[in-house]
Amino acid sequence: MSAHATRATAPPPEVLARLHGILAQVADPEIPVLSVLDLGIIRHLEIRPDGRLEVGIAPTYSGCPANAVIKADVLRALRAAGFDAVAADVLAPPWSSDWLSDEGRRKLLAYGIAPPSRAVGSVRRLRRGDVPAACPRCGSTTTTLQSEFGSTPCKALYRCDACLEPFDYFKCL
Amino acid sequence: MTARFHYVLRLADTNLVLAQRLGEWVGHAPALEEDLGLANVSLDLLGQARLLFAHAGALEGRGRGEDEFAYLREESEYFNMTLVEQPNTDFGDTIVRQFLFDAWQAALYESLAACRDATLAAIAAKGAREAAYHLRYSAGWLVRLGDGTPESHARVEHSLAKLWPFTHELFVDDDIDRAAASEGMGVLASTLEPSWSARVDGTLGSARLVRPAPATFGWYGKQGRHSEHLGYLLAEMQSLHRAHPGATW
Repeated sequence: MSAHATRATAPPPEVLARLHGILAQVADPEIPVLSVLDLGIIRHLEIRPDGRLEVGIAPTYSGCPANAVIKADVLRALRAAGFDAVAADVLAPPWSSDWLSDEGRRKLLAYGIAPPSRAVGSVRRLRRGDVPAACPRCGSTTTTLQSEFGSTPCKALYRCDACLEPFDYFKCL
Repeated sequence: MTARFHYVLRLADTNLVLAQRLGEWVGHAPALEEDLGLANVSLDLLGQARLLFAHAGALEGRGRGEDEFAYLREESEYFNMTLVEQPNTDFGDTIVRQFLFDAWQAALYESLAACRDATLAAIAAKGAREAAYHLRYSAGWLVRLGDGTPESHARVEHSLAKLWPFTHELFVDDDIDRAAASEGMGVLASTLEPSWSARVDGTLGSARLVRPAPATFGWYGKQGRHSEHLGYLLAEMQSLHRAHPGATW
């Protein structure tokens, strides 16, 4: 243990508010209505002993190619605002769709993507399958799974049996 | 430390090789949904492999990263399970291989999520959800094919008979497993068998398939002795990197 070791500290409230304002403008590259804050992937914002701002980012799906883009976008936005920012990967606790904010869920629905059902929590429940998603257009809960995998790693494809429209479902994972 | 490194490297290799196999389906799967499905499973496995390689590199402490591990090792330096290097052949073989693997990986990650290696536990906790999702997909297909037409039933029955012998290796403990498990940094391969069997037997029943007799011979991919198929896979996967050493995007 180094004699002059010090710990990372939380930024002052006014700086934190400014950081949140900046991050609220950084969009998910694949679902641009969601910000990185809505996704629930920003795990910490700390001033390190060396004075640099550390952003803890949790990867979404292990295989999502957007993870690298998200990290680069976050750093670019913070640096453009004058912060000497570095990113840290945060693996635990793992990100899941339960981390999506309520605001994020509303934005998804308005965008035409059915938000994930809540508290999928246990792997056992996941194995049995999700609760059927409600159609984001007409709200019907009679829907049919078309494909467990969709256009991006976070989505599955459903069809509404009432209005017959296909729609994306943000996977519960 | 060496046993821990090898333990993690095996997991990374197993994921990478299967990700590469599944990637061969892109543009060739029987339907668009399956093209997407197999590619997405491949991406998840690859993403987990990258985390595992980074962890293995840190444990080894010689500065090797994912590219060195993936592109600059020979066949005998790969320690993946022999099951995952078996060729795709047809959709039936691919689904049976995937199902047998997913059931194993789901059991493995659930156990590893509680191990004392914090990084490995975190990767496993995340991977457990993904493995459960993959298993739902591959098990769903196995039931559809097994309980489908006489043709599809006969095809997957044949696939199961062909691939079953490779599952034996998944549950054989060796010195590396024992060393990692004794420190709480891994789990004994043999301890995964009951939960794997429970999952496999349930789905085989729904798919009207009969569990084959236990294999009478072993494979040793996880010790670097492979079937004839891995060399070709590596040749294709590594050719670009080896032709242009040090090239970056």
